[in-house]
Amino acid sequence: MDFSGSESVPGPQEEDLLPASVATAVKVVIVGGFGVGKTTLVGSVSEIRPLTTEETMTQAGAGVDDTAGIERKSFTTVAMDFGRISISDELVLYVFGTPGQERFWFLWNGLFEGALGAVVLVDTRRLEVSFDVLGRLEDRGVPFVVATNAFPGSPDHPTEELRAALDLPAEVPIVRCDARSRESSRDVLMALMRYLYDLSAQPV
Amino acid sequence: MSAADQDTVDQDWDEGNPERLYVIARGRSPLAAHTTFDLVTLIISRSQPTPTMQPEHAAILRICGSPLSVAEVSAYLRLPASLVTVLLADLHAEKRIEVRAPIPKAALPARSLLEAVIHGLQRL
Repeated sequence: MDFSGSESVPGPQEEDLLPASVATAVKVVIVGGFGVGKTTLVGSVSEIRPLTTEETMTQAGAGVDDTAGIERKSFTTVAMDFGRISISDELVLYVFGTPGQERFWFLWNGLFEGALGAVVLVDTRRLEVSFDVLGRLEDRGVPFVVATNAFPGSPDHPTEELRAALDLPAEVPIVRCDARSRESSRDVLMALMRYLYDLSAQPV
Repeated sequence: MSAADQDTVDQDWDEGNPERLYVIARGRSPLAAHTTFDLVTLIISRSQPTPTMQPEHAAILRICGSPLSVAEVSAYLRLPASLVTVLLADLHAEKRIEVRAPIPKAALPARSLLEAVIHGLQRL
């Protein structure tokens, strides 16, 4: 009887199937404060309806994750939206939008490991929420670009003012975007890839 | 057990409930599986589900006829990614799935890879 339960799991739609030739996947992570437009951006660039994966994690400072941790108060479920872009018949790019509360971003095992890089999506009305994540990405050596999402009424800071306010090194690209636009969101990912490409050209 | 008690039990058995997840994982920790599976490791079924299988294993084999990432399997099964890696490790050990690992990243990704991604994005 249990077996019939597996039939109730809806798999991907026919049009969302990847070709069997896809050999590898790469990922980028979109980080940013609550309500900054991460989910919108993921939805704009994704070829599939964005999906949600989740992780059950122990609360920060709640101790190790062993069977004793089954005491429910020490667990939190965190959800993350992601989308997919087929790059070629052999390569696919996944775009993950981090959950709203930043304390979870770096608890998520393996989210940043192996990521090509990150996009820090910034709301210029609330720059302060970005400081912590910028520092953490730098500490982890995750290359990133900064994208400011154009909200109606957002202050239109000159790029250099923004760079100074965020204390960003001169080489980190800052781009403007409209996360609702597929083209604009695509250009943000493009800016990240070009930045990574430039980095890879530099002698180590 | 009274009807009211039974209701309480049912409510407790919700999707994110640790007890339920613990049962599906049959008490195993996801830590070992993490080293094999990334969120974007691709999974392809190499066998058919059987009626005696744990339902979650059967579901994975059923939906992975075409390649799916671990994140997608987690999304479709509505199970945490780390728990999905435990189930995938079972299937991998029994050679029921093929696993396509992401390109291991050195300090920086290869230029040829980035060129491919840029080219792909341009066509978007």
